[in-house]
Amino acid sequence: MNMISDPRERLVVIGNGMAGMRTVEELLKRESGRRYQITVFGAEPHVNYNRIMLSSVLAGDKTVDEIVINSREWYDDNGIRLFAGDAVAAIDRNAKTVTAVSGLCVPYDRLLIATGSRPLAPAIPGLGLPGVCAFRDLADVDKMLAAARVHKRAVVIGGGLLGLEAAWGLKQRGMSVAVVHLMPTLMERQLDAAAGQLLQRDLDRRGISFFTDGQTEEIMGVARAEGVQLADGRVIPADLVVLAIGIRPNIDLARAAGLEVNRGVAVYDDMRTSDPDIFAVGECVEHRGEVFGLVAPLWEQAKVCAAQLGGDETAAFASQALSTSLKITGVDVFSAGALMAADENDDEITLRDDSRGLYKKIVLRDGKLVGAVLYGDVADGQWYLQLMRDNVDVAELRERLVFGRAVAEAVSAKPIGPDFAAMPDDAQICGCNGVSKGAIVGAIRGKNLASLEDVRAHTKASASCGQCTGLVERLLGFAAGAAAKPAKKTLCDCADAGHDEIRHAIVAQKLKTMQAVREAFGWKKSEGCHKCRPALNYYLLCAWPDEYKDDSRSRFVNERVHANIQKDGTFSVVPRMWGGLTTPAELHAIASVAEKFNIPTVKVTGGQRIDLLGVKKDDLPAVWSDLNKAGLVSGHAYAKGLRTVKTCVGSEWCRFGTQDSTGLGVKLEKMCWGSWTPHKVKLAVSGCPRNCAEATIKDLGIVCVEAGYDIVVGGNGGVEVRVSDSLARVATEEEVLEYAGAFLQLYREEAHYFERTAPWIARVGIAYVKRRLVEDGEGRCGLHARFLHSQTFVQHDPWADRAKGADAHEFAPLLALAEA
Amino acid sequence: MDLVWKNIGALSNIPAQGARRLCIGKSGPPIAVFRTGEDRVFALIDECPHRRGPLSEGIVSGTTVACPLHNWVIDLTSGLALGLDEGGTPILPIRIVAGEVHVGLSLAAGESA
Ligand SMILES: Cc1cc2nc3c(=O)[nH]c(=O)nc-3n(C[C@H](O)[C@H](O)[C@H](O)COP(=O)(O)OP(=O)(O)OC[C@H]3O[C@@H](n4cnc5c(N)ncnc54)[C@H](O)[C@@H]3O)c2cc1C
Ligand code: FES
Repeated sequence: MNMISDPRERLVVIGNGMAGMRTVEELLKRESGRRYQITVFGAEPHVNYNRIMLSSVLAGDKTVDEIVINSREWYDDNGIRLFAGDAVAAIDRNAKTVTAVSGLCVPYDRLLIATGSRPLAPAIPGLGLPGVCAFRDLADVDKMLAAARVHKRAVVIGGGLLGLEAAWGLKQRGMSVAVVHLMPTLMERQLDAAAGQLLQRDLDRRGISFFTDGQTEEIMGVARAEGVQLADGRVIPADLVVLAIGIRPNIDLARAAGLEVNRGVAVYDDMRTSDPDIFAVGECVEHRGEVFGLVAPLWEQAKVCAAQLGGDETAAFASQALSTSLKITGVDVFSAGALMAADENDDEITLRDDSRGLYKKIVLRDGKLVGAVLYGDVADGQWYLQLMRDNVDVAELRERLVFGRAVAEAVSAKPIGPDFAAMPDDAQICGCNGVSKGAIVGAIRGKNLASLEDVRAHTKASASCGQCTGLVERLLGFAAGAAAKPAKKTLCDCADAGHDEIRHAIVAQKLKTMQAVREAFGWKKSEGCHKCRPALNYYLLCAWPDEYKDDSRSRFVNERVHANIQKDGTFSVVPRMWGGLTTPAELHAIASVAEKFNIPTVKVTGGQRIDLLGVKKDDLPAVWSDLNKAGLVSGHAYAKGLRTVKTCVGSEWCRFGTQDSTGLGVKLEKMCWGSWTPHKVKLAVSGCPRNCAEATIKDLGIVCVEAGYDIVVGGNGGVEVRVSDSLARVATEEEVLEYAGAFLQLYREEAHYFERTAPWIARVGIAYVKRRLVEDGEGRCGLHARFLHSQTFVQHDPWADRAKGADAHEFAPLLALAEA
Repeated sequence: MDLVWKNIGALSNIPAQGARRLCIGKSGPPIAVFRTGEDRVFALIDECPHRRGPLSEGIVSGTTVACPLHNWVIDLTSGLALGLDEGGTPILPIRIVAGEVHVGLSLAAGESA
């Protein structure tokens, strides 16, 4: 045995999660913290990751790698021994050791318990069935994703923050989702009834169904979950049941070790438990009767605990007012403090605009703000929170406060709220990532950051839940002064206006050139930049199809040269095959071209086309000329425009086919080819509900049924798989063509440049699209007519023009200088 | 090293707000010759400092070009990447004589023009 002992004290951490590792990080920042030899036990077989972002992983907005907080290297570099996947089974306070499930026994001088919490389970039968899980860790997310791949129906039990984020994520993954909630309104602990109802209405519109006042009695099923049974007799079928009814501090180890526990492990202000050598932080603790479920206070605990471990005995934890929000794209909810007046001495002031889905309520007590609930517009949330924390006297602002900061300050003529100059450097700005004012100001000044995106990229502030965005923006204004860019989502850095504003002005003010648009909006760069030019070019082309002349210099290389640039600078060429149909003559022509020009790779694409890869730029016009001779034209595989219409064989050959899907595909492609759109567009037509053409993950899909045609929109099969929303069922091919043209035109006229149909529909809602296309028949005809009109200007083959010599300068080098 | 001026033809051969590629024999790196909207001309080695994307295929705005592969923005006057990206590509001298563009090629010892 090695008798030379390490002179450092031994710190053992139980729980490799957010609070525990944050404490270790804080400790390592201190000189005095280096005196520990640190060992970490984690029950999960992973490094420490950002648990908050599990919702984003579930919804497909983030990958697992993107939510890692501390990588393996971090543990190694800091000399931390990590036992991941080995839970601690017991603490022996007399011997001062912990023993893990694996049998490993490690002595400690100081011990930190950071075991977090456990999901609560209702006392009902069926909990053990496969297909039932909680929503707490990566293993749960893996289970949900696996279920979403093969199953269709999910039930989430619990309509709180976690349950709703789970429901939204599963919906994004293509499941149909129902939420069962015990109470009459959603998130009743964070929202008052009015805001809860608005939330339910919005989520309902996004396709999630709700069973409120719903008491689950049993999870039914034999070999796996098949449904849930409610106390009132209702039965909801389900292949996946997610339990999200709440959490309970994980105190078993502490209790078994004889530490003082209540609901959580009892800690004093110095984060010590009843044993002075044992500390605890995070969701497992109870401090002055309070338990925790959000990360903001945990960062404060981590800081205090690290200070104490480092020998600073004055550090003390005090809990502060907290705020919550929901991480569901497009649903803005904020709440902090009291939800309603406690008695007649309190005042509630509300502002409500139902048609815009806006709701604001503030609660006042003794001239101070003690609570705020916001729905629809949460921009002022952090300002309210700061007023509460700073205990600001707001009596004078009483009438204006509910209208938000801008109105309140305009009248009082002095800024109210965070005084950044007076704020200490270690004041926390971003709760999720625990970023302090000092760190943000340091990065802004040290690295000359000028936009919110830059600050996010460099400090992670406001990069998780986004609640503190407003505060970070104002801090940016404070630290960078005039250099800070406006926070509004603008078209690009050249402009202060957003996409919608500019599109509207192009039509309303009859702006017909890029120069006119740039002048109307006071562009900062006279020629614009590579971000705004392609967008403006498209917007003008869409608004003025018969007048605007396309500017090839404002197009990305692929659209300029009508082929796809590859990573080695060669190009790929994809001829059009209408509806995926081809002929022996076409195949002969493709084969000869491939041979003649030594094209190295010939591949069949997912869109039922043939891709010739590795064509030299100089050869493009000759390749096209040969293809043209066989009747093959550009497949626009490079365009933000119609790419392909994929079909299956349909009633002509298939024994299941209900309609002529191939023929319809050809008609659709003939109608739509050549169109320019905000981003690429893919169509498919399936001949029967077996859906062999995968129509439900296309921008526009048609599924033929006995009675006609189901039209679905907004699907996507790429990185972020999204199953389409159903738009309408129609009886004839003519109607299909009308709906398709109208849908594409609505997308062309209203989506932002670079926005696929899936995020566009997620943003505006399928209800809106239905209103424009299904409920408004006249509007639909108009859109369809505008689509056909603009098509008359673009349906000529760009390859034919270039094979004849158009834009020759694009394809030949300027001059080949001979060497020596 | 000697600087040799090569006449590469009329300015009008290069599209405004665009570029053409020059090829020097088989071994030399490709050169991109840019013409801005205001008829200023710049020559750069046609390789993006990021992953050698062909800058000559990028969108030219003012005196910058955006690389077609991942949108790094390169300043044509210095060859340096702008914004938060770091790196640069060599630039070559240019002069315009009677509407014709001349590029200054530096030839290492042993080579001749
Ligand atoms: C899906 C989801 C979304 C959330 N969203 C938000 C949000 O938007 N905003 C917000 O503020 N908060 C949010 N939270 C809450 C936040 O994640 C928690 O407050 C935070 O993770 C708690 O940190 P902790 O360290 O106390 O616990 P954890 O992060 O859970 O870490 C505890 C760790 O200890 C391990 N452990 C337990 N027992 C043992 C043992 N005996 N031996 C070894 N290891 C053990 C556990 O496996 C776990 O890895 C969310 C939580 C979830 C699940
Ligand atoms: S190669 Fe130029 S940006 Fe990547």
